[in-house]
Amino acid sequence: MQAFFDIFDIYLLEAVINGILLGGVLALLALGLNLIFGVIDVTWICYAELVMIGMYAMYFLVQYYGISYFLAAPLTILLVAVLGAALHYLVIAPLLTAPPINQLLATGGVLFVLQSFATVAFGIDFRNLGIRLPVLAFGDMNFSYARLLSFLAALVGMVVVYLFMTRTFTGTAIRAISQDRQIMALMGVDTKRIYLITSAIGGGLAGLAACLLVLQYDVHPFVGLSFGPITFLICVLGGLGNFIGGFIAAFVFAEIISLGGLFSDLEWGYVLAFAFFIVMMFIRPAGLLARRR
Amino acid sequence: MMGRGRLAAWAVGLAALVALPFVYRDPYHLHILVLILIWSFAYTSWSMMGRFGLVSLGHGGFMGIGAYVTALLWNHLGWSPWIGIPIGMVAAGALALIVGYPCFRFRITGHYFVLVTLALSGIVLQVITATRDYTGGSLGYTPNRAAGNKLWSLQFDDKITWYLIALGVWLFGIVVWHWVDRSMARYALEAISEDEDAAAAAGVDVTAEKLKITLLSALMTALAGAIYCQYQMFITPDTVSGIAVSLQMVFAAIVGGLFVSLGPTFGAVITIMLAETLRIGFGTKAVGWDNLVYGVLLVLFIIFLPKGILGSLLDRLKPQRKVSSAHEQEVVQIARPGT
Repeated sequence: MQAFFDIFDIYLLEAVINGILLGGVLALLALGLNLIFGVIDVTWICYAELVMIGMYAMYFLVQYYGISYFLAAPLTILLVAVLGAALHYLVIAPLLTAPPINQLLATGGVLFVLQSFATVAFGIDFRNLGIRLPVLAFGDMNFSYARLLSFLAALVGMVVVYLFMTRTFTGTAIRAISQDRQIMALMGVDTKRIYLITSAIGGGLAGLAACLLVLQYDVHPFVGLSFGPITFLICVLGGLGNFIGGFIAAFVFAEIISLGGLFSDLEWGYVLAFAFFIVMMFIRPAGLLARRR
Repeated sequence: MMGRGRLAAWAVGLAALVALPFVYRDPYHLHILVLILIWSFAYTSWSMMGRFGLVSLGHGGFMGIGAYVTALLWNHLGWSPWIGIPIGMVAAGALALIVGYPCFRFRITGHYFVLVTLALSGIVLQVITATRDYTGGSLGYTPNRAAGNKLWSLQFDDKITWYLIALGVWLFGIVVWHWVDRSMARYALEAISEDEDAAAAAGVDVTAEKLKITLLSALMTALAGAIYCQYQMFITPDTVSGIAVSLQMVFAAIVGGLFVSLGPTFGAVITIMLAETLRIGFGTKAVGWDNLVYGVLLVLFIIFLPKGILGSLLDRLKPQRKVSSAHEQEVVQIARPGT
């Protein structure tokens, strides 16, 4: 009996730590989406699809052109950042004054476009990077090196964004715009430029997430659907546009998914996360960190 | 309420629709018509709540539940769709209430509501995929062919029967739409969509009114899913559930026009014809091209024809639209925390 508990505890601890590691990447995704929502007041429904394109970029750069992973990663981040800026310039900018539902739908259309583009260009096969990272054994627990790397890189990415937002003039302007959209234009801030930069950063974060996710998951045109909904739930639970709330919510969800996966299939972890989300809406309807009205 | 002329126009149009399959029997065109009617019903169901500013992207979930519950009960328990469809509808309705109640009770509106419902349809897709031992997962699911009574199993081989069934269901949807249009609930919901707090102050039970219309909409969408399943005899999570289906509903309803009873039907005609033309145009060799063009057109439509085709045509609906969208933005701003 004692032995059973020992094993159980080890597995539990392993799942908890894996959950924290998963939370890093989810927090990164939530940060990108939150940034765009907070500043531009638009929700990119196709956000996870940008990640999917980034994952394909990584796959082709590493597999076909033989570029090393660490060289391919910045290229991918740059590519998805450009894609994010293009998405804003081509789709969102003409719709800035349109009703919110039209903006949502337009990004929904982009979701179709990106998915079918991937189907046309790359086919529906599952592809993976073919990089096998060693497994880190720590006591009786095993952690994949890929997850650890992802977690650390996600943390670094978030710290860089934080420093950018607080230490540079452009970052300060971005934060100011998210506080008051109308006034900042009167204060001489070029909102168009700021929006474009924000979209590029949001895209860049998606690109970074893509570099990290491609280490752990296979790429296929519909891969975005497996973590898109969970990212939306995280953002709503954290409070849309609330960076810290999104950060905390990401780890809460990652723990639920990871612990749920311990007892059952991974998909049921998602279902559990959704059930938890519904319950949380009763308790904290306006987001984790919001004051109750 | 309806003028005599309009009533006559409806009657003539309906008679023509009923008579159509007996005159014109091309199976492919009838098939497209059946699909248009079924999807029109689904889009109409969506617009029942969509027209009041309750933009749901979770209807793919309701449709999936209707389709899968009906098919699963038939295959595993041998229960007739006549029992399975109501159970599927109740299941979808229950889910709508579970998700809807906290949303409405705690004033989750605008972007929040859209994202919550979006996640809902994503989760339903996940569940269908996760229970692949029963539902066949992503590979799809086929209801067993019935040996005996066709009426009991609700499986018909000829297109004319299905055309008439789809027509009846579609007509039911239109009738319900008009029933809501003329009910007291409509005024309450319009007041809510313009200003929730003011409506509540005026004595409207905001939560109850929103829940009622959501329940109705979810029940009808589940029915559409079940009918679609019975007609096609093959469903996959991607064709009846998930985010793509939800977006398709919203897009069609917006293209056709939300505020007229035939708007969603109009949207269904346009989008299905478009998708079908693209599918045939590109053939089976170029998988994905049709969706690529569809997506691009969708984005272009929203940028350049944001009011929908019928909406742009019917000039008189303009002021109504402006008011509701302006207020929707306001509601979103009020509901956002931390800013």
